[in-house]
Amino acid sequence: MEVPVLDVRDVTKVYGGGDTEVRALDGVNLQVERGDYVAVMGSSGSGKSTLMNILGCLDVPTTGTYLLDGVDVGSLGDEQLALARNRLIGFVFQAFNLIPRTSAVANVELPLAYSGMRAAERRRRAMFALDLVGLADRAEHEPDQLSGGQQQRVAIARALVTEPALLLADEPTGNLDSHATDDVLAVFDDLNAVGRTIVLVTHEEEVGSRADRLIKLFDGRIASDSRQEPVGRHAAAGVLS
Amino acid sequence: MNFIEIVRFALRGISANKLRSILTMLGILIGVAAVILLVAVGNGSAQAITTRIEALGTNTLTVMSASRESGDLTMRIAEALDDPVVAPDVRSVSPVVSTSATLTYEGAEHEISSLVGTTPSWFGASNSPVGTGAAFTADDEAQARRVVVIGRTVAEELFAGADPVGQQVTIGGALFTVTGVLKEKSSSGFQDSNDTAVAPIGAVRQVLAGYGPLSSILVEASDPSMVDTVQGEITTILDTRLESGSYRVQNASQLLETQTETADTFTTLLGAVAAISLLVGGIGITNIMLVTVTERTREIGIRKALGAPRRVILTQFLIEATLLSVIGGGLGVAAAVLGSRFSIVGVQPVIVPSSVVLALGVSVLIGLFFGGLPAARAARLRPIDALRYE
Repeated sequence: MEVPVLDVRDVTKVYGGGDTEVRALDGVNLQVERGDYVAVMGSSGSGKSTLMNILGCLDVPTTGTYLLDGVDVGSLGDEQLALARNRLIGFVFQAFNLIPRTSAVANVELPLAYSGMRAAERRRRAMFALDLVGLADRAEHEPDQLSGGQQQRVAIARALVTEPALLLADEPTGNLDSHATDDVLAVFDDLNAVGRTIVLVTHEEEVGSRADRLIKLFDGRIASDSRQEPVGRHAAAGVLS
Repeated sequence: MNFIEIVRFALRGISANKLRSILTMLGILIGVAAVILLVAVGNGSAQAITTRIEALGTNTLTVMSASRESGDLTMRIAEALDDPVVAPDVRSVSPVVSTSATLTYEGAEHEISSLVGTTPSWFGASNSPVGTGAAFTADDEAQARRVVVIGRTVAEELFAGADPVGQQVTIGGALFTVTGVLKEKSSSGFQDSNDTAVAPIGAVRQVLAGYGPLSSILVEASDPSMVDTVQGEITTILDTRLESGSYRVQNASQLLETQTETADTFTTLLGAVAAISLLVGGIGITNIMLVTVTERTREIGIRKALGAPRRVILTQFLIEATLLSVIGGGLGVAAAVLGSRFSIVGVQPVIVPSSVVLALGVSVLIGLFFGGLPAARAARLRPIDALRYE
């Protein structure tokens, strides 16, 4: 049997201690197979962002283990963790998190630079990724010259430029208007259509309904986990190859 | 990821926020330049004092009245000092009367604070050789001829480039013939030592000073090493003619010694002030480096999330801190060198090389340490903590 991309085993995350202790995650078990499109939903404070940060190797669980592509993340050192973030994961933040005063193409190139790719090849791939999200003509613009939707598309280009097995998105449409939301979701649909695994966190029903699998979190536990028929999926599957 | 690539990242980091980079460098620049210049001014004034005293001549003694009222120094005493039996090591004795006077030449008028009336031996004893023309002679002195040797400043003020030798100037209503111009003296400090005129003592007394007591008597020893012996000899003579305590003898080498001590104290004082400014400058650098890195903690979080290892982030920030402090410090040294070309409050600064090394070294080290330390701390954070940092 194929190893799941994500394998979360009995993970808890506790913030604070004593009286102010908060259990953001309370025994979460989750497997995600390759090529899946998973939406995690839940009300504010349900622990969905905490789960996402652990999945993205940005944070570590208090207890429990997390296997990424079959490797126990807890056993990795700084260098190997950096490598895992760089090669295996593409992360899209709610707040975009582009590097300020740095052009779009330089932002997209950044993960490739950290993986040690040569400048010319890097530029070529970054331009390709920007083209994919429809922003090739904005390559030299700095983040503050781009709209929110454009910034998020640059962030997505940056997340997918290393061709990671796993694309994680934490409220990717949280700061966007409906038109920009459609643009971003269309990009996700296209990526899933060519076999990328996508996990996204959202609180918008409309966004959650486009996924193949919907997980609902409540108070740090998985309340429901169901497969569904995606609604409103972008039709142009197969555009990417 | 290779080193050149990281350097390129650092350069991009510096140029991404030009204002912040410039301010950081400015802070370091001012710190370094202030320290170097301050020490240079202290050193310069100490050197100026030494040159000024050396210009007086180190083998001379000055006999003066203890107080202004008791004018007991007379020509007779001056003559008595020139005694080859009791005082064999005295080379020359020059009685001096000094008065202020106004010189006029064809309508041009110039006031000097010291018109010196003396004998020809004064030129040698006071280390004031004549540049152009000639000094007055012993014969001029004996006849009380109205001749005068003027200082360089006086020559420029009255004659404005023309040759003053042979011209006649009016001093105190009498005509004096200019026989020569004194060689330019290094003049540093508050008094212009070229703003003077020298005439035979007889003439000056006749025209201006009157026949009162002498201002001082300049005694020249035959050798700088004999100054102390000569002091003993003339004290013996003076004691027979004057009440002891009514006169004092000033020794140029003693003066030099005291002044050197004063100058050393002065330099130490300025050095202490410089050390404090270095400390304050260092705190300034620390401050701006801490702010710079703290402000970029979020950026460090983003970079870590994208897969930058700790080592790469740390190297990038260390290179940025190095470049900022080295460029800032280098510009500071340049500014100090440039500034030292101008005289500051009447003092020509002389740069002390060790102060350059110290100021530059301390600033660069502080910049590196306080640029590197918070960067190392931020690079050690979990990405999510760095990203959440406000």
